[in-house]
Amino acid sequence: MPAVDEILEGKDICICAGSGGVGKTTAAAAIATGMAARGLRVCVLTIDPAKRLADSLGLRELGNEATKVDPALFERHGIEMKGELWAMMLDAKATFDELVARQAPDEESRDRVLDNRIYQQISSALAGSQEYMAMEKLFELHTEGRFDLLVLDTPPSRNALDFLDAPRRLTQFIEGRSLRVFMRPTGLAARVAGRGASVALSVLKRIVGFDLLADLAEFFGAFSGMVDGFQARAKRVNSLLADPHTCFLVVCGPQGEPIDEAVYFHRKLVEAKLPFGGVIVNKVHYPAERLRGDGADLEATLTERLDDADLARRVAENFSDYQALAERDARNIEHLATELHTKGVIRVPYLDEDVHDLGGLAEINRYLFASSEQRIEIAAGRA
Amino acid sequence: MGKTTIAVALGLRAAEEGKRTIVCEVSSQENASRIFEHTEVGFHEVEMAENLWSISIDPDESMREYVLLQLKVRAMRDMLFRSRIFSYLAAATPGLKELVTIGKIWELAQLDRKVKKGRKYDLVIVDAPATGHGIGFLQTPRTFASIARVGPIHSQAQQLDRLITDQAHTGTAIVALPEEMPVNESAALEQELRSEVGVAVDRVYLNGLYPERFSREEAARLAELADGENGIVRAAARAATSEHGRARSQRAQLARLRRRVEAPVKTLPFLFEPELGVEAAQRLARRLT
Repeated sequence: MPAVDEILEGKDICICAGSGGVGKTTAAAAIATGMAARGLRVCVLTIDPAKRLADSLGLRELGNEATKVDPALFERHGIEMKGELWAMMLDAKATFDELVARQAPDEESRDRVLDNRIYQQISSALAGSQEYMAMEKLFELHTEGRFDLLVLDTPPSRNALDFLDAPRRLTQFIEGRSLRVFMRPTGLAARVAGRGASVALSVLKRIVGFDLLADLAEFFGAFSGMVDGFQARAKRVNSLLADPHTCFLVVCGPQGEPIDEAVYFHRKLVEAKLPFGGVIVNKVHYPAERLRGDGADLEATLTERLDDADLARRVAENFSDYQALAERDARNIEHLATELHTKGVIRVPYLDEDVHDLGGLAEINRYLFASSEQRIEIAAGRA
Repeated sequence: MGKTTIAVALGLRAAEEGKRTIVCEVSSQENASRIFEHTEVGFHEVEMAENLWSISIDPDESMREYVLLQLKVRAMRDMLFRSRIFSYLAAATPGLKELVTIGKIWELAQLDRKVKKGRKYDLVIVDAPATGHGIGFLQTPRTFASIARVGPIHSQAQQLDRLITDQAHTGTAIVALPEEMPVNESAALEQELRSEVGVAVDRVYLNGLYPERFSREEAARLAELADGENGIVRAAARAATSEHGRARSQRAQLARLRRRVEAPVKTLPFLFEPELGVEAAQRLARRLT
């Protein structure tokens, strides 16, 4: 079972992926912190507007520019920062605007897009636009080369795979420009497309309404000068994701459903030929397998030690509930390791305290960066 | 968070009260059918238990259905779907998937169903996307209504927005966990729902609350016991003290949640069960009032 720093050896980019509610943001923050503590200049990015990352780093706000996190914050929790930790929260709309400005052939085309009413309505809400903009920012930061390692906390997607699909979706979206051609039914293009197209168009007008269709055509038309630029960039973003210096870490919880999603997600990564690094299972109940005795015996022993039969019964009951969860987690993780053909499953125990601050982050770090020997000790200590 | 489990539990409860109920999933993850250990339901209304139905709303299927309802002629619909202009537009238009998904929810909620052989439901429960995406999802009709200033899409989007914001017929619940960040997010979500979508939250469910099994004095005794013991007694005493710690920190989060949200908070117990199936949902259903 490798530690995170071994997995990330020689990597420039670490993408934490997984479904929502599994502690992905905390894991991303802990990984970035640990790597920065080991001497790297690290930047952690999130596009989650829920302020989770800011909260877990003890920061009030995060902006669209990288901010350096005060190393003194970590020293209080026993983490010595040999490198630097930076953090930022991606503003999808601002990034989209920047991208348009960069790709526009001239100021007029730029303003035509930025001033377009539909663009203003959807530039932050377009399905997949957050995901794509995260990739875009990642690409930009990587090109600038200011950091040794970039850690991306992907958004809590309802489908964890949305962002893999994001560049393709954006390209499709740009291709909507064809609509403009169809909108001029007397044009050459329409004649080439044939009578079918004009019938389709008239049917479409009936459903959508002419005004909206014209607005959409104008909207897609505004992008027409940027298509090649967008496509070329999407291609480069894709090859960055597939680069061997990039590493995908799947983060999940130990329950059946998150485990199944992690298996599915891993399969998709492999299919897309993206570099899978390992899987982190959060909030694991550690079993005390070797200590399992007969429940009745335990209760009797406890009654003797505590001299309180009622308390002894509750302690035994609680222990058996906990053991059942621990056994479930162990089963699920074994299933996960088999499905992924990997021993690279990093377990983070379900900590007694809710993890939401730097103290919790430091605690999680112990597990993420533990050597194999340390892990055995940890497991023994928790049993 | 247990959003699907609670959606199903609410469904079971309503069904038991004799209401013909349907649980709609919008993520195509089939979490609800999994709870019932049922095969995937897809874009079909399938009965899971007496009076309780389930559907997984697929945006492409919803679009086909919607267009057919508009055009009334299947051949015309198919012609449109085959045309390049339509496939470009359907793929490219931002928010269209969300819009047709909400459109299907609206259709399910109609007393006079639009689809052939559609029977009316007394209650439609939606397992909405998670925080972050949830707001954007519910905002879609409003956004479309403002993009299309006039015309059929404008009036239909307005109709969908009215469905979402109609307090008399539509209720909204937030599912939270008793932890720092989920509590913060739930409070922020309630505010955003009010300011961005125009929806007041009716109830917040705090899911997964640990029982308070031990008093403070007992926990102190058990901590002492753990220090002086080995083996299984030590492990059991430790498990008890950590349960005590979690139960306490969860109570503090519950108090924070109550201070920070306006809607009433209803707690639901953590279920010590390996997998949450239909029995668990039934047990939660009995706790919902």
